Amino acid sequence: MDTIRTEYLEERFKELQSAQTGSALQNWRSEGFKNFNKLGLPTLKNEEWKYTGISRLFTKDYTIPSKKDNVIDREIVDKTAIPGASGMEHLVFVNGKFNKDLSSFQSNDGFEICSLEEAFNGKYHEDAEAYFNKSSLFIKDGIHALNSSFMNESVFIKIRKNYHATKPFYFDHIFDTTSNHLLASPRILVVIEENANVQMIGSYYTHGSMDSFSNEVMEIVVKENARLEYYKIQNDTPNGSHTGTTHIRQIGKSYVHTVNISLNGGMIRNNTDIIMEEQANEAHMYGLYFLKGNTHVDNHTLVDNTKPHCFSNELYKGIIDEHATGVFSGKIYVRPDAQKINAYQSNKNILLSDTGTINTKPQLEIYADDVKCSHGCTVGRLDDEALYYLRARGINKDLAKSMLLKAFADEIVMQIKIEQLKEYVETQISDRLQLAD
Amino acid sequence: MADEMQLLEERVNREYEYGFSTDIETDTAPKGLNEDIIRLISRKKHEPEWLLEWRLKAFRHWEKMTMPKWANLQYPEIDFQDIIYYAAPKTKKAKPGKLEEVDPELLKTLDKLGISLNEQKRLTGVAVDVVMDSVSVATTFQEQLAEKGIIFCAMSEAIQKHPDLLRRYLGTVVPMTDNFFAALNSAVFTDGSFCYIPKGVRCPMELSTYFRINKENSGQFERTLIIAEDGAYVSYLEGCTAPRRDENQLHAAIVEIVAMEHAEVKYSTVQNWYPGDDAGKGGIYNFVTKRGICKGNNSKISWTQVETGSAITWKYPSVILKGDNSIGEFYSVALTTKFQQADTGTKMHHIGKNTRSRIVSKGISAGKSQNSYRGLVKVAKTAENARNFSQCDSLLLGDKCGAHTFPYIESKNNTAVVEHEATTSKIGEDQLFYCEQRGLDAEKAVALIVTGFAKEVMNNLPMEFAVEAQKLLAVSLEGSVG
Repeated sequence: MDTIRTEYLEERFKELQSAQTGSALQNWRSEGFKNFNKLGLPTLKNEEWKYTGISRLFTKDYTIPSKKDNVIDREIVDKTAIPGASGMEHLVFVNGKFNKDLSSFQSNDGFEICSLEEAFNGKYHEDAEAYFNKSSLFIKDGIHALNSSFMNESVFIKIRKNYHATKPFYFDHIFDTTSNHLLASPRILVVIEENANVQMIGSYYTHGSMDSFSNEVMEIVVKENARLEYYKIQNDTPNGSHTGTTHIRQIGKSYVHTVNISLNGGMIRNNTDIIMEEQANEAHMYGLYFLKGNTHVDNHTLVDNTKPHCFSNELYKGIIDEHATGVFSGKIYVRPDAQKINAYQSNKNILLSDTGTINTKPQLEIYADDVKCSHGCTVGRLDDEALYYLRARGINKDLAKSMLLKAFADEIVMQIKIEQLKEYVETQISDRLQLAD
Repeated sequence: MADEMQLLEERVNREYEYGFSTDIETDTAPKGLNEDIIRLISRKKHEPEWLLEWRLKAFRHWEKMTMPKWANLQYPEIDFQDIIYYAAPKTKKAKPGKLEEVDPELLKTLDKLGISLNEQKRLTGVAVDVVMDSVSVATTFQEQLAEKGIIFCAMSEAIQKHPDLLRRYLGTVVPMTDNFFAALNSAVFTDGSFCYIPKGVRCPMELSTYFRINKENSGQFERTLIIAEDGAYVSYLEGCTAPRRDENQLHAAIVEIVAMEHAEVKYSTVQNWYPGDDAGKGGIYNFVTKRGICKGNNSKISWTQVETGSAITWKYPSVILKGDNSIGEFYSVALTTKFQQADTGTKMHHIGKNTRSRIVSKGISAGKSQNSYRGLVKVAKTAENARNFSQCDSLLLGDKCGAHTFPYIESKNNTAVVEHEATTSKIGEDQLFYCEQRGLDAEKAVALIVTGFAKEVMNNLPMEFAVEAQKLLAVSLEGSVG
């Protein structure tokens, strides 16, 4: 067993702080690192990390990218971006840092993009102060604190009132690990103003043979009558590990739709939190993890109903093959006085190999009485009768299996409302199942 | 709606029926826990050397442990030095041989509880072992059972008469190091019931243990061990009550069940410890470890529980499905009111091939109580074709209570099928309306719906108990409706 090393991070932290004196994030980082030291790395004893031994990522030394480490060849960006990226508001993040030169935009009004420092120092300081780092109140672990410690070149995005974005925002994360193991800490704050309507996509790609560990925190604030669709696509190389928090606050009556697709990668942990802070919020959360190799995906979701009349629906599906591990932990939380809540949660898994593992933990915590909440979860194999039906019609076993798995996955893929993205995910799944279109 | 609230109000204000204490002289050990106390308990029970060593080993291990905090329960630190670990009703002999020799005061207590030992003697039905405070005071029907080769006696008696059996099985299902409370129990357990069903014997009557805490400031630590040999069958019942006291009393029991090939054990509990008063003062802290192992192929263990008492319930009756084709079942109704807190559920460990388990849990919370289901279904790589179905439903009565579900599912076998579903809701207005429209008043309608809600579990109780449990739910919840 390799030893777990975090001491060297102290030195890296000091280097980062001294390189950026006077930054508005200085104090946030200090606080983050203080918390990191206090909390340490989560162990399996920590209930929220029971099935994900994150400490094994810390057996190697990572380099922390400095301010200038945010360049990469444009060719690599073009090659690895999802199809149709050129027609989107394409935001390129290299090693966790926003690179404006590589990014391209289709429209120039309706939204504002700047660094978090600029937001704190400029005209958006009210937004920044009101909304920044609120996720730390919900996720109190060393991994979140680690992001706060090392965030820099973080991004603030404001979607203006009444703006209906016709092009999706694409957060394209690329990690350059050609020479070193890399720890990237992307940090993004998005404020969606009243009546705005926006689609967002996030994807992750590790370029190079060394390991990348991206530890992302994305905070999104959704105001009255706004509408958000967020798609997180994980199709990284096996040496790309990721821990990501997507913390969505619905502070006005609004609509949120999230889809999380995990296909490839190393060790992945996704926290998707939806905090319903106003009455009659609506949220739909979907997830698909289709894993093979040694990929480990842990999806943690939280729907926190703090006000009455909210609705949420959640469906996560998993297909686990080879040595992969799929973890799902969902929580529906209904606060006292949040009456008339409808909340549904479902998790369905298929285990294909006898070396794979599925751990699932759907939870309800309910402190109000006039609610309708339910959850269901299944772990199983392909339906023998369905297989028989197909085989009786002359379809060979492998093809029949693939068809059933495709249909199983499609329920989630159909929830992607960006046509090009949907096609891309469908192709990825068909390829894996060796299905021709 | 107002009627419903009133009904709930009534329920919340209902007094605890079994809250009397009996004035019996008791033989007690001083407060506190150390090796001397354990030696004292062991000496008083005339235990063999190996058992004392075993206790001391458990105690030394316990000293290194800390109280578990993971449950969804809130309670103050328990001062383990402020508890009496041994309290026995004083009798002329160490153990009454016949009913006539039992202290008359004690008999009166048992009468009040509805377990008239005299009556039991006449009625064929249930064989009872009564454990008061820490000591088994009376066991009925021993002779009749002995004819069939069944051993049913107090643990302390078993230690004297059947040391080999005890030594072979004690602590094999729940090891002394299993958890904080199991270690504590292993160190200080004072009595309990022992039951052995030999090969091929179907126990002709229900066996029953009745637990009662009587002495103030005392904890009760009993231990039950049930062994069913190949092809044996037994149905076992357990009931519990305690007097009303202002301070919290600790109950930390262990139940171990071993089922060999083709054996079947059915274990039913109606737990009605004192739940505390309206302000949440007093009540029993019930920290119990119950576990059975389906050791042989085709064996079956079934847990049924009706939990209405205790200030705090921390209890997860589990089954280790080791034998091929073995079956584990868990049926539970947990009702919490006032300031009660319950964190209860089950664990099903599938190890053998074609093992099956079924979990049905019904939680009802009212008043200011918190009711959690916490369960684990674990399918090992070896458990080919394992099958589990779990259903956890929660009913909320009142807006100050909480209902929570924490199921854990871990599967490592690709032929296993595991299903879990849970719902939480209050009584539907349409259901109420339907009943009221047909001439039932609100109170009766609520009663009817709650009874229906719990029926699936109630149906699994043995006849003798089902009546009691129905009554208990009725008094506990349904106001005047029975």
